[in-house]
Amino acid sequence: MTDTLTPVLTANWADERSWTLASYESSGGYRALDTALAMTPDAVIAAVKDSGLRGRGGAGFPTGMKWGFIPQDNPKPKYLVVNADESEPGTCKDIPLMMASPHTLVEGVIISSYAIRANQAFIYVRGEVLHVIRRVQRAVQEAYLSGHLGKNIHGSGYDLDIVVHAGAGAYICGEETALLEGLEGRRGQPRLRPPFPAVAGLYASPTVINNVESIASVPSIIGRGADWFASMGTEKSQGFGIFSLSGHVRRPGQYEAPLGTTLRTLIDLAGGVREGHELKFWTPGGSSTPLLTAEHLDVPLDFEGVGAAGSMLGTRALQIFDDTVCVVRATLRWTEFYKHESCGKCTPCREGTWWLVQVLTALERGQGREEDLELLLDQCDNILGRSFCALADGAVSPITSSIKHFRDEYVAHLTHGGCPFDPAAATLFAPAGATA
Amino acid sequence: MTLSPETYDELRQIAARYPEPRSGLLPMLHLVQSAQGRVTPEGIEACAEVLGLTPAEVSGVATFYTMYKRRPVGDYHVGVCTNTLCAVMGGDAIFERLKDHLDVGNDETTPDAPGRRSITLEHVECNAACDYAPVMMVNWEFMDNMTPESAVRLVDDLRSGAEVRSTRGPRVVTWRQAERVLAGFPDDLADEGPSAGPASLAGLELARERGWSAPDAPEEDR
Repeated sequence: MTDTLTPVLTANWADERSWTLASYESSGGYRALDTALAMTPDAVIAAVKDSGLRGRGGAGFPTGMKWGFIPQDNPKPKYLVVNADESEPGTCKDIPLMMASPHTLVEGVIISSYAIRANQAFIYVRGEVLHVIRRVQRAVQEAYLSGHLGKNIHGSGYDLDIVVHAGAGAYICGEETALLEGLEGRRGQPRLRPPFPAVAGLYASPTVINNVESIASVPSIIGRGADWFASMGTEKSQGFGIFSLSGHVRRPGQYEAPLGTTLRTLIDLAGGVREGHELKFWTPGGSSTPLLTAEHLDVPLDFEGVGAAGSMLGTRALQIFDDTVCVVRATLRWTEFYKHESCGKCTPCREGTWWLVQVLTALERGQGREEDLELLLDQCDNILGRSFCALADGAVSPITSSIKHFRDEYVAHLTHGGCPFDPAAATLFAPAGATA
Repeated sequence: MTLSPETYDELRQIAARYPEPRSGLLPMLHLVQSAQGRVTPEGIEACAEVLGLTPAEVSGVATFYTMYKRRPVGDYHVGVCTNTLCAVMGGDAIFERLKDHLDVGNDETTPDAPGRRSITLEHVECNAACDYAPVMMVNWEFMDNMTPESAVRLVDDLRSGAEVRSTRGPRVVTWRQAERVLAGFPDDLADEGPSAGPASLAGLELARERGWSAPDAPEEDR
């Protein structure tokens, strides 16, 4: 029986100067790289396939299979691009990972690049995290100076260069093809697929794009074995992941556990919901994953379990809202976010998110009509699945799921002539007397 | 102020990091902001010249990304997260208090005053620190677990020139110095600040208390 928490990626975060090469190497860092370089690239891909690792950036696509799609007979250079543009509301795992242990990522980049036969890799970090960028820049520099990067790595004959690239503030660049546009110096607008990046990605060359946590998991898989990794988790969602608890729990934070754990377990570990209050609604994997409620406390947090409950595992960004929070206010704010972040390429998303904000704003102020709920759902129906990328799909998730679970609360805004909640009661510094 | 020859050299250095020079455009625009306090028409033309693009093409990119500013930014850029979770936990109240205290609106800058540093106030989207909500950013350094009172103290310290430290980072530099790091010219502050904040370690500490770990790997004993 696997333990409730299984720190692997987070295991060294409390170490003295954990971000330095010396600290990372003292706990066995860069030994997996030697193991990998002694294997053939295809054997590394096979190990990652066998481990069952699925993309930790939200979509859950099998990582080894993605690597296997790179056409090795294509004469163009191959590229590895790390998606470190962590911006999905609620998601906060990659940023602390890169701050505390950037070398875990760098070692993963080298092994992964070796596997797909890339000699150039990029780490695309969102621009709004200055100190994380400093730490990643330093880690890359240290890796060069000690022969983990550059020419003839560890005497293997394999060469790799890494460029750390800072973004400039665009949620959409977390979408992999928009990220490539940003990395090519263009507006970050998603590309039509096919062709997929594995065939024509960066500079129209074969490209693998993986999330930080996926790549950071690779050294442990190579170092300790695919079977070890697959011994954790559930049948189709193997391994461990970082679960990020935020909001109205007593000890929010990062909890690394086997996939398939439950919110009941995690909230218990986090000391429970804020005293005197109850869980009202939560996101399993960021704001783009449909809201769940207290009914879903025992849903296994793996790709299949959350899917069967009508949502998505996403990035395991568990945002916890207690009974002081107005779901209409929460939904409106997320909708304003999607409107702001829509790249403008597809009409249903560009125009649709604007209209969603109009209708929701009126409802939140108690100025709408009950029929507006049907109007909203109709708008959502005309946005979902009708745009190039998943931003539009994510934008309708909070709306359709909140109406499904909390229709009465929307109606209450109309009968009450505005929001019946006191926003002060939901704050962490709620004054005495503020009530839900 | 015109761009110096050194800045032109650095723009070319950025472009040279990539297999195709245009890939340097985002960091190049960060460097322009570092040199001139905003994305200037001159900076756009410089990027266009270095990359062989038209100014319109560069402008099209500069206007897409929210970190690029067309109006001068103050000595410090102060962001308050008002995405749903931080807003609910107190971000809305903090942002209101700061607008009132600084007497500026969203994306506005405090007027120049003798002996005072200037601040540009903006509400920002999720900055990937939700376990530290409500979160603020100063020049994109984390300011965790804020309250309206601590936010007022923070901006007062910034305006008076007192040293301010990020809760998970170094002493705060100016916005223009920060932009230089984003352009890929490190400032040697990577070793300042902690490995992680308390929330980042919540699960690890609990696992240690209870003796929980990932299973042993067979290979580890070799």
